[in-house]
Amino acid sequence: MSVSGVALPDARVLRYLGVRVLQVIPTILAIVVLNFFFLRLAPGDLAEVIAGEAGSASPEYMAILRQQFGLDQSIWVQFTKYLTELAQLNLGYSFRNSLPVLDLIVSRAPNTALLMLSSLLIAVVLGVLFGAISAQWRGKWPDGVISALSTVGFATPLFWVGLMLIVLFSVELRWLPAGGMQDLEHSYTGFAHMLDVARHMVLPVFSLAFFYIAIYTRLTRSAMLEVQELDFVRTARAKGLNPLPVTLRHVLRNALLPIVTMTGLQLGALLSGSVVIETVFAWPGMGRLAFDAVFQRDINLLLGVLFFSSFLVIVSNLVTDLVYALLDPRIDIR
Amino acid sequence: MTFETLSARFAPARAVRRPRRVRTSSFSYRFWRSRTALIGTAGLLLVVLGAIFAGRIFEADPLDMVARPFIWPFTDAAHPLGTDMLGRDILTGLVHAGRVSLAVGFSAAALAVMLGVVFGAVSGYFGGWADQILTRVTEVFQTMPPLVFAVVVVAILTPSVGSIVLGIAVTSWPQIARLVRAETLRLRDAEYVQAARVMGMGHTRIILTHILPNAISPVVVAGSILVASAILTEAALSFLGLGDPNLISWGSMIGAGREVLRTAWYMTALPGLAISFTVMALNLLGNGLNDVLNPRVSLS
Repeated sequence: MSVSGVALPDARVLRYLGVRVLQVIPTILAIVVLNFFFLRLAPGDLAEVIAGEAGSASPEYMAILRQQFGLDQSIWVQFTKYLTELAQLNLGYSFRNSLPVLDLIVSRAPNTALLMLSSLLIAVVLGVLFGAISAQWRGKWPDGVISALSTVGFATPLFWVGLMLIVLFSVELRWLPAGGMQDLEHSYTGFAHMLDVARHMVLPVFSLAFFYIAIYTRLTRSAMLEVQELDFVRTARAKGLNPLPVTLRHVLRNALLPIVTMTGLQLGALLSGSVVIETVFAWPGMGRLAFDAVFQRDINLLLGVLFFSSFLVIVSNLVTDLVYALLDPRIDIR
Repeated sequence: MTFETLSARFAPARAVRRPRRVRTSSFSYRFWRSRTALIGTAGLLLVVLGAIFAGRIFEADPLDMVARPFIWPFTDAAHPLGTDMLGRDILTGLVHAGRVSLAVGFSAAALAVMLGVVFGAVSGYFGGWADQILTRVTEVFQTMPPLVFAVVVVAILTPSVGSIVLGIAVTSWPQIARLVRAETLRLRDAEYVQAARVMGMGHTRIILTHILPNAISPVVVAGSILVASAILTEAALSFLGLGDPNLISWGSMIGAGREVLRTAWYMTALPGLAISFTVMALNLLGNGLNDVLNPRVSLS
């Protein structure tokens, strides 16, 4: 099936995907149970939240509310109800925002995706570049400088990088906006709007990418050093190929596999990172939504974000597995 | 070959004084040869000693107003790192906040290692359905984005040192569990473990005395890096306003400094540098230990 070195998705791959999807179901169920457990654990039930919102409420009114939401029923009945609603993609209602939780999340998710994917792209490109340079000049000064920088990158809190970039580029140099996603004074349209959003993206994207550049640098470096030792690379060198094509086509290409895995498995961490970055830059995404939910004591919304982002992680893990299996024909597809 | 020549060959040469043998494979020898491990240890020692003796060196309460507010660093010898918006000494604050950050980091990592070792060892040693279930549980905890999960735990249990430690530990134990499981699987069928089993030793005792001691090196390495990431997570939580309201940590100093970022950015910069320094020291120590404990790595 492999014509150009990459196998096409055939029945085997599809069956593998089917098996993996089945394996994922218990994980999703477990997360649902955990979510329900957290909801029960949170201080104050829905009736109290609404009563608090209204200022005061008589015990009779509270009882009516509890009956309305089914809070007076047994925990099993409530859990079944919770499950049925989740199955219909109903994540509950956010009383603070007067909107269904799912609508809120779906309206914010694209902004988070924009932020995360841009950061990931920059991190992969720069990280692979730095890692390749580092591996090529192992033990020389470029390796030293890059290793030192990645050590710093690993150790610096993302939000702090964001704040320092604001100080430098927004406060001192006045080059870039310090927050938000667009200029609210002029409502640009078309190309000007895209340019405006891009300007607002620069600082958050680089703050979020900072840590991941360090990860990809180190990963690429060690993967390349490992591949450099292999026989086929020595053969390529011995038969007199130019060093640069050997590095690019023999070493780097084979070192990319762990990078693919890493990218898929980093989504959870990247989502975590975007919570703080969105908070620093007032970026209207899911992370900012989670932050607001904490402060409005909107547990429904907070758990909705947790569930939705866990679901995204599951999907990305599946995709990673599949890409991995497609890229490496040696992988055993059961 | 006669007996005489044999014994002559194996007899110690009395005239030649042998130099004292240095075991180049010993832990301390390798540790002292690893620059990374030494730099990391030195950095960490500095921070830990500062935190331990914070009360003696800086006797003032970090919450006391001691001078006029907004003194910039390096401008007043009495307050080398300046004062914050309430006139509190920043150096005193940093050292005291370091206690909280370190305590949370170490306790969270310790709890995560404990959970991870128990789950991983049981899973790897017994295999079968216990392994199946525990592996699934580990997966569930690894699926939820760590910081979002920690935020939920802390928000629901209300912010306190206890809930923060729990929130961080609950999100980081799976890495340790996977590591310990893999090591246990490797050691489970080793000859000395089989021997212990034949002798009738109980499972708990085999795990405690035969398996874990031999699986400990990678756990030590992962543990030290876990302390570093726990300190980063604590900082993020405090920055998000989910810190213990009664205590000051580096993260909450950054959060407070953010209010005056435009006029006095040093209040944000300094605690961030303290976090970077500590986390870097821990990471270097972890990487260094990895080289030291891995006999295949040559330290030159």
